[in-house]
Amino acid sequence: MNALLQYATVLVLAAFVGTEIISKVPSILHTPLMSGSNAIHGVIIVGSMLILGSANTNLEEVLGFLAVILATLNVVGGFVVTDRMLEMFKARKPKAPDTKSKDAA
Amino acid sequence: MSRETLIDLLYLFSATTFLVALKGLGSPKHARRGNMVAAFGMLVAIVATFFKYVDGHPLHHVDLILLAMLIGVLVAVPTARFVQMTAMPQLVAIFNGVGGGAASLVSITEFVHIKSSNPATYVTLEVLLGVLIGTVSFSGSAIAFAKLQELMTGRPVTYPGQQIINAVIGLAALGLIVTILVSGSTALLWFLLAVAFVLGIAFVLPIGGADVPVLISLLNSFTGLAVAASGFTLGSNLLIIAGTLVGASGILLTRLMSKAMGRSLSNVLFSAFGSNITATGASGVEGRSVRSGSPEDAAVLLTFASKVVIIPGYGLAVAQAQHVLRELADELESKGIKVLYAIHPVAGRMPGHMNVLLAEANVPYDELVEMDEANSELQTADVALVVGANDTVNPAAASDPASPIYGMPIIHADLAENVLFLKRSMRPGFAGIDNELLYNPTTTLIFGDAKDTLTKIVAAVKAS
Repeated sequence: MNALLQYATVLVLAAFVGTEIISKVPSILHTPLMSGSNAIHGVIIVGSMLILGSANTNLEEVLGFLAVILATLNVVGGFVVTDRMLEMFKARKPKAPDTKSKDAA
Repeated sequence: MSRETLIDLLYLFSATTFLVALKGLGSPKHARRGNMVAAFGMLVAIVATFFKYVDGHPLHHVDLILLAMLIGVLVAVPTARFVQMTAMPQLVAIFNGVGGGAASLVSITEFVHIKSSNPATYVTLEVLLGVLIGTVSFSGSAIAFAKLQELMTGRPVTYPGQQIINAVIGLAALGLIVTILVSGSTALLWFLLAVAFVLGIAFVLPIGGADVPVLISLLNSFTGLAVAASGFTLGSNLLIIAGTLVGASGILLTRLMSKAMGRSLSNVLFSAFGSNITATGASGVEGRSVRSGSPEDAAVLLTFASKVVIIPGYGLAVAQAQHVLRELADELESKGIKVLYAIHPVAGRMPGHMNVLLAEANVPYDELVEMDEANSELQTADVALVVGANDTVNPAAASDPASPIYGMPIIHADLAENVLFLKRSMRPGFAGIDNELLYNPTTTLIFGDAKDTLTKIVAAVKAS
């Protein structure tokens, strides 16, 4: 039960710190915020590794294997997409406009 | 220092980098570096985990773990790199969904793993919550993805007794949780998984396309909470911290978004908003006259202006016209005309989506102004140029209590001396409501594809 209390403490503090920091994110960056926080919950990859790494039965192995794949998708996809978005945010006149036009859809 | 302490310290480092990343998002200048720091922190956590001991021995199946990671990377990187910026909302939705799925699988597997040792009731509860929330997030995100990707209709899907059926499914899930807590049955756990899966689908089906941004942000929060629940089960502070951060962020954004639409969260989630086009929308179009003009007329109006406020909406992105729009803005600026972009908080398909689309077209972010500032700028603007926006400039939101969007804060394009409204047709917008602004005496409509029209306007402005 002591462990539970310790985890609950961490949860409450993290919730307050999170709310505090995130309320300062300007609306211009809300999409990167969503995809960035998306990448952060990809930390479930650590949990996935632990369950696959301690799997004793075939069932656990299959579930763990799937979990690692899904978590990797989440974490890698999340960070790459966020980086791609943030790369585009530039202040006035940083360089010659539009060198890599990708709008030919 | 023992191996476990060292690993825990590294986890603490990772958790700190996540906070640094979120703090970095306070300004566009530091945001990218922050994201890289978090990615590095994540890498540290992953490497550290390989050296962890579970149940008193090193990790088994390291080869399988590496194989699964390789598969994940091979799928994720190309998808994330090459998907169009307009498709960003569905991409975020699907990456969020798989995270929820992973959290759910982790909780289930942990339950199977520890069941023989008769876990305490609270441990079982954590597992069940993780399974429920993670699975709802997974199947809900899948439906949100299908809606945004237009694999299915974007309109709310409704059927008789929907709310009651959904309530019954929800109650069934809760009932199962209680039963499993008492009996500790694994068979019922699979049943809970199935019910949660159906619940996610049933929950998302009645939510219309225009409200999906709010939904994605809520589902993001769900996944965060599911990860935190797994953290409780596995005894990992790192998972609890990261999951809670995301959970808090998602809930905060969800509330901001519903506020930006002038509606309560429960109205967004449960009212099947936009399921039928209102009577005025269907009949009002024929009876009333609008003024339409050519791209050349628009060019004249623009070149004689001294301040132009551009109001972009999702239609701009659909027409892939953001680059031409920037060209027009550059052209006007070179003539000494002040140009600003007024961004409504719900423009696009997710919070802040329009900013990303304009950033992609190299629009400097200091030209983007938020709604309140935009409305004060519009009072002194000569021209408001509406491109692909509709509901976010609809004056009915402020003046007509009968309108379904009444109460939504809007950008008051009608304050400008002239309104140029680029529109494909007289069709109502995403919320399915007719727009009064179209019939305003100061409004000039320019029909056609936004990209075509803008290209013609640019040519005419250059020629003048």
